[in-house]
Amino acid sequence: MAEIGTKVLVIGGGPGGYVTAIRAGQLGLDVVLVEQTAMGGTCLNVGCIPSKALIHAADVYDQAVRQAGSAPFGVRVGQPTLDFARTLEWKDGIVGRLKSGVRSLLKKNKAKIVPGRAVMLDGKTCRVESDTGTQMIKAEHVVLATGSVPASLRALPFGGRVISSTEALSLPEVPQRLAVVGAGYIGLELGTAFAKLGAKVTVVEAEDRILPAYDAELALPVGRRLASLGVEMMTGASARGLSPEGDALVVDRGGSQVRVPADRILVAVGRRPRTDGFGLDQLDLTMDGAFVRIDERCATSMRNVWAIGDLTGEPMLAHRAMAQGEMVAEIIAGHRRVFDKVAIPAVCFTDPEVVTVGVSPDAARKAGHDVRVGVFPFQANGRAMTMAAEEGFVRVTARADNHLVLGIDAVGAGASELAAGFALALEMGARLEDIAGTVHAHPTFGEAVHEASLKALGEALHI
Amino acid sequence: MEWHVKVGDHVQEDQVLADVMTDKATVEIPAPVAGTVVALGGEVGGMLAVGGELLRLEVSGAGDATEAPAAKPVPRLREAAPKPDSAASPRPSAPVAAIEAAPPPAPSRPAARPGPPRPPGEKPIASPAVRRRARDAGVDLRLVYGTGPAGRISHADLDAFLRGTAAAPVAAAGRVAISTVEEVKVTGLRRRIAQKMAESKRRAAHFSYVEEIDVTALEELRAALNAGAAEGRPRLTLLPFLMQAIVRAVADFPQMNALYDDEAEIIHRHGGVHIGIATQTPSGLMVPVVRHAEARDLWDCAAEAQRLAEAARGGRATREELTGSTITITSLGALGGIVSTPVLNRPEVAIVGVNRQVVRPVWQAGQVVPRTMMNLSSSFDHRVVDGYDAARFIQRIKALIETPATILIEA
Repeated sequence: MAEIGTKVLVIGGGPGGYVTAIRAGQLGLDVVLVEQTAMGGTCLNVGCIPSKALIHAADVYDQAVRQAGSAPFGVRVGQPTLDFARTLEWKDGIVGRLKSGVRSLLKKNKAKIVPGRAVMLDGKTCRVESDTGTQMIKAEHVVLATGSVPASLRALPFGGRVISSTEALSLPEVPQRLAVVGAGYIGLELGTAFAKLGAKVTVVEAEDRILPAYDAELALPVGRRLASLGVEMMTGASARGLSPEGDALVVDRGGSQVRVPADRILVAVGRRPRTDGFGLDQLDLTMDGAFVRIDERCATSMRNVWAIGDLTGEPMLAHRAMAQGEMVAEIIAGHRRVFDKVAIPAVCFTDPEVVTVGVSPDAARKAGHDVRVGVFPFQANGRAMTMAAEEGFVRVTARADNHLVLGIDAVGAGASELAAGFALALEMGARLEDIAGTVHAHPTFGEAVHEASLKALGEALHI
Repeated sequence: MEWHVKVGDHVQEDQVLADVMTDKATVEIPAPVAGTVVALGGEVGGMLAVGGELLRLEVSGAGDATEAPAAKPVPRLREAAPKPDSAASPRPSAPVAAIEAAPPPAPSRPAARPGPPRPPGEKPIASPAVRRRARDAGVDLRLVYGTGPAGRISHADLDAFLRGTAAAPVAAAGRVAISTVEEVKVTGLRRRIAQKMAESKRRAAHFSYVEEIDVTALEELRAALNAGAAEGRPRLTLLPFLMQAIVRAVADFPQMNALYDDEAEIIHRHGGVHIGIATQTPSGLMVPVVRHAEARDLWDCAAEAQRLAEAARGGRATREELTGSTITITSLGALGGIVSTPVLNRPEVAIVGVNRQVVRPVWQAGQVVPRTMMNLSSSFDHRVVDGYDAARFIQRIKALIETPATILIEA
């Protein structure tokens, strides 16, 4: 049996794992990355990237349908048709390009890729099983970056009509009737896309409102848009299972059972860490619920075994995993680092998009702060009007005493791109005056950030 | 490595700037041009990568005029301690910053800030770049005052903290919290000791065994031998007796006088007993080696140990005299303490530590008698030495020392 020795062994080639390997390579460390299926992990293959491609295609189709109808901008087009196979092909092309990009980056930085299933034998030794044989790897440092998998419901096990987000991104055709269980960001992103592509979508949510992880104000514009797309919202309702005939979802709503006929049932009730199948039990690491417990350096309870990304808890976001991976590689190379980020942005690619960085006004008050909040609606923003995207607003939350910005949120078309500025403001320790004193380009959506800060200071100009 | 110049020196072309030790030899680095030294790229004992910046020279010429102001040291705010007379003055604000010493263009900033940098539990506010610099320098930003808006910590605040000129929080009257951190470079022998000790603790499975030994008889014998010693003979301490006892004990326990090559997984049991004597020197711990103790008598051992200790303390011990031990004795002498847990002198597998002698009441033959007692604290590498054998080894030494004649009788 072949055995290789290395300084750093990374288990998992998702955004956390591959970034760890690239940085480790840049720092001159010997690094081996083991990936069981496809390089890029959930994010690249069955998450962030393909879903954004699908959402964009759905947007384009939806725009075309609307122009063909009322032609509000005076652009008259014929009735559009959808070649969904072509859509998927385009989406897969992007995924393929990014995957080969990751591979070449790893190669450029001298990280060795070992395909196969990794099984940890102890904190330093790993057996990799693949079609071509078994390989033993001994490493000084092990970085666990195994990610997460879609959570399932006992009443609705995956299979047949019941699908997870993974299958939803590769359906052979747009389902006529789609039931979505879970009104979190994954369910709503995909539900919205399929509604735009022509599916009759019903969303079932146990909580009493959509996007329960976000505050109600931010969710409102999303709810209005879903209604205008004809998506049926069933909140305060729980999925009971498939109907006996298997062609409908049975939902319990206030004690009465409702049948939701569906060709596909997308279960999007969250994700759980991937803790099985790679010998985690052999390591006997201290856990934090279902997650591997880590400290501020991403160190686990075992020396020189590190864990990053979804395996280590919320927020389960690719950019958190990447930042952790970068840090762990630097720590292994001997640098002093801790994960001391002020904020991790979260984006919801619904229509309109939702972005949150830092804390909401309520959360800030709960943390004991007196706050100043400034809200600026896109209705009063010139650029938003010219793009017929007036739904939404920017909201800035700051401490009342020293005006330190604690959180910036936005909901609106393309709001995700504002996240960069929001995060920079928080990491730099900006005060309201810093944003207010920065010239923002006109006419852009970003002006709303400036105005919201001015408003929080009582100096708004355009409202 | 050694610097022949310092910041601010004017150097001529080809003047020697520094001695640099490469893997193979020490070389002198000459100045490529004439100029003024504005920065040194390393410290004595430090290591530089090939291609790294050794030093920076400022050459005179047209650019000088613009660079000169930058080279001038920035006037520092000095915080004056409260003067005796100001303590009697009615103004309660005792600490006075010598702001008047600073020239007007320098932005004035508050120097003395009573209390901690920020309310307890509040996180320091600093940009990612400042946070990273602080982390690299080992500074806890919670201790650093931020002079920026909302108490934000700037690069300048961190600089001030690192220079130790940041105002210290004033606690009670007269007492001042000290937040300076002195950086001491670990170089040379210290670095070597650090690596060796950490490596030993990391690799060997240490366990320690402590036994008390009645040295009354030995002390009597020692006193008698010293009193009757011929002129020129070395004064006998406990050490040579212990060395002789070890020589006899390892004859029965050859696994103690061994080097464990844990890479190759081979134990080398040595016939010769080369006893390392842990010796404190001005620059740190050294272990000179008394070679072939088995071939030396008591006085020979004493003389050699004394010679080596002096050589080590005087920095004259050769490489050969400092390597090759197979077992080590460590003694803190009069500071010996009750118990110690010695760190193995890897790849050795045993180290014998000597603790303090003390006269204690001992229950012996139905009565309490004063006896001179001493502990031996020894450590072993449990990977290759079991507790049972270690205990028997120490018991053997105990028996030899408690009946010292047995040490001297030729077997």
